[in-house]
Amino acid sequence: MTTLLATERIKLFTTRSPWWSAFLALGLTIGFAGLVALNHNGGPLRVEHSQFGIQFGLMVVTVMAALAITTEYRFATIRATFQAVPNRTSALLAKTTVVAVLAAVIGEVAAFGSWATVKVIDGGGPELAITTGADWRMVAGAGLVFGIAAVIAVAVGTLVRQSAGAISILLIWPLLVENLVQLIPGAGDDIHNWMPFTVAGRFLNGPGPDAPLSAWGSLFYFAAVAAVLLLAAITAVNKRDA
Amino acid sequence: MIEATGLTKHYGRTVAVDNLSFTVGEGRVTGFLGPNGAGKSTTMRMILGLDSPTSGDVRIDGQHYRDLHQPLRTVGALLDAKWVHPNRSARAHLRWLAAATKLPRSRIDQVLDLVGLGAVANKNAGGFSLGMSQRLGIAAALLGDPRVLLFDEPVNGLDPEGILWIRKFMHQLADEGRTVFVSSHLLSEMAQTAQDLVVIGRGKLIYQGTVDEFIANATESTVLVRSPTLEKLGEHLLAAGAGISDDGDALRVSGMDSAAIGELAATRQIVLHELSPQVGSLEQAFIHLTGDTVEYRTEEPALGTTEEGPTA
Amino acid sequence: MSLLEAERIKLFTTRSPWWCGLLAIALPVGLTALIATQAGGPGSAEFDASATQLLTGLGRSVVMVMAALSITSEYRFGTIRATFQAVPNRTSALLAKTAVTAVPAALIGAVVGFGSWAVFRLIHPDPALALDSAADWRAVAGQPLVFAITAVLSLGVGILIRQTAGAVAVLLVYSLLVEGLVGLIPKIGDDIQHWMPFFAADRFIGVQADAPGLQELPLGPWGYLAYFAAIAVAVLAAGILSAGRRDA
Repeated sequence: MTTLLATERIKLFTTRSPWWSAFLALGLTIGFAGLVALNHNGGPLRVEHSQFGIQFGLMVVTVMAALAITTEYRFATIRATFQAVPNRTSALLAKTTVVAVLAAVIGEVAAFGSWATVKVIDGGGPELAITTGADWRMVAGAGLVFGIAAVIAVAVGTLVRQSAGAISILLIWPLLVENLVQLIPGAGDDIHNWMPFTVAGRFLNGPGPDAPLSAWGSLFYFAAVAAVLLLAAITAVNKRDA
Repeated sequence: MIEATGLTKHYGRTVAVDNLSFTVGEGRVTGFLGPNGAGKSTTMRMILGLDSPTSGDVRIDGQHYRDLHQPLRTVGALLDAKWVHPNRSARAHLRWLAAATKLPRSRIDQVLDLVGLGAVANKNAGGFSLGMSQRLGIAAALLGDPRVLLFDEPVNGLDPEGILWIRKFMHQLADEGRTVFVSSHLLSEMAQTAQDLVVIGRGKLIYQGTVDEFIANATESTVLVRSPTLEKLGEHLLAAGAGISDDGDALRVSGMDSAAIGELAATRQIVLHELSPQVGSLEQAFIHLTGDTVEYRTEEPALGTTEEGPTA
Repeated sequence: MSLLEAERIKLFTTRSPWWCGLLAIALPVGLTALIATQAGGPGSAEFDASATQLLTGLGRSVVMVMAALSITSEYRFGTIRATFQAVPNRTSALLAKTAVTAVPAALIGAVVGFGSWAVFRLIHPDPALALDSAADWRAVAGQPLVFAITAVLSLGVGILIRQTAGAVAVLLVYSLLVEGLVGLIPKIGDDIQHWMPFFAADRFIGVQADAPGLQELPLGPWGYLAYFAAIAVAVLAAGILSAGRRDA
């Protein structure tokens, strides 16, 4: 398994896309935090103010993770991969692990970087200190959410095998569909309550009084969705011709 | 006719084409020869107005490509057979090209039949083999019945039958009075296809002229002689200023043609068993000329390091 | 005309535009039908024609992807070189493509706009849904304009970026995330948001026009449409300019 992980790590880092993804994810998230801090007035800045832009990073990382697998299909290197590692389940798991770890690292740096940026600009009162469990979840939890989102992205990318399709689904779903379902009168809110990215947001920002799951329950649910998708992807990869 | 004058293309700090001037005439197949990475494709893209030259200029019948009206009626080109949408049928690919050039639909079937793709015309181009893709590319090039044709490495990846077909086809096109400009990195292929040559290495012009002349210039021609009194003949040849070398039971003579050797033997009353001019190998000529300009040089394979080693 | 014909053939001889078109219509109209079946229960709010248009954004996003793909796939498969070989005047070639992308987008927009409205009314007949004001007409009949301009903008971005993944990601993240998040910036956020192109498009359609904070805006609905169109034209012009200068 270590060889496989090393292989996937080399594959990922010898192309430019993870580098500019990381750069973009951090730049956008931290830059946005800076903008918020610079223009803030009235009332002390709280930890949550520093995390407004975290979704930028999340979306960029999702795109990066999907591309990690769809580009293999596009350039047909997937065949070389399966030639070198005929056990496709291991190959895909290795790739998922490497991409998820990178995503998690980007998430942590983005979250703490945003927080630090706001603290530097604002000076930082006690409201900006990371003290409670909820504060820690909001900032340090970003890495977990990024990592799991990357697993979802790799799974969707594997199922769709096509950059444009995978990226469209992965962006339109969390940014548009999950919100639009709320418009359905009656059942809309119930459906919304179980939408994966909405639930992931509740892990970071706190579940609120009406949420069906606790904070950690929310994260578990998000991870379970990712696991199901990954399982579907692994099944598909083993059934299909490469 | 294609005329390039001082054509130069830089990509950043890399010089792909360096002050290249040449002309490609009508009614002949002109080979565009050079090692991989010599700048052949870049030059062809500049001829077609796809890439802009850093300096210099290239014209087709006196006009820049971008100024041609309905250019497919003047110039047809096959640069890369894979430049088709994989989910579009061969016929549809030709249909939009024909529409852009206001060509009648009947012309599409004509060129499809000409290249032998009539039966698979409605299949998606993505499923084509390389040979079929090449044929589709040639059909696209011929669509506007152009006077000038450009082909970039057209025989790459083709089977022998396909190579033969393309070769004949180009001669036919040239015989109809068209300008045919074909690139290749294989001199042996060009020797059988082209009459004229433009040879480049590292973006610079090395040679322009006929194929025969290129081979004659680039190779040292020798004459093989056999005689029962070989030693005596050798002495006379040396005395007459020729160079000789032993070649088994024969002599390889350089610096003197077969007529002079025959006359010399007759005046000295020496019997000859063989007197045959030797033409130098094409590949030798090519390597001799472009040897310094190959971009990606390989070392001699180190066969001697294996246990068996070369024995012969 | 021959250029338009060539681009039309190109667009309709691959499957992806058909799929995108189908999806762009089926998603919003289908989900609108779903909403309509649940509408009008006890305690549900009053609504007008613009309430039938809340899901059109889904169709618009798909049209964005379709328009971007129409040019980035040419770069990906190298057919852009065949295009520029056949039509060396790149401005004409790209303008023809723009027209051929914008017209189907407008048609899709018309089907989405009127389709959503009709299907809603069919399932939930309510006199309040009648098109009896200028705002009602804008909300429904304005969709083709917004879809077409969106397609032009997306095509411009596609020409500039030349790469499917990049263009699609930029377009979707920008329209679905950036414009919304900008509003969260304290003090200046609202002022910036009021000049964002898709915000402008929504103001023309009149999405949630009665929301607080959307009362004092710098432009009226038609002003916002003109502004949206101007941005699209500017992006397209930038794309055409750069395509003319670049090596194909």
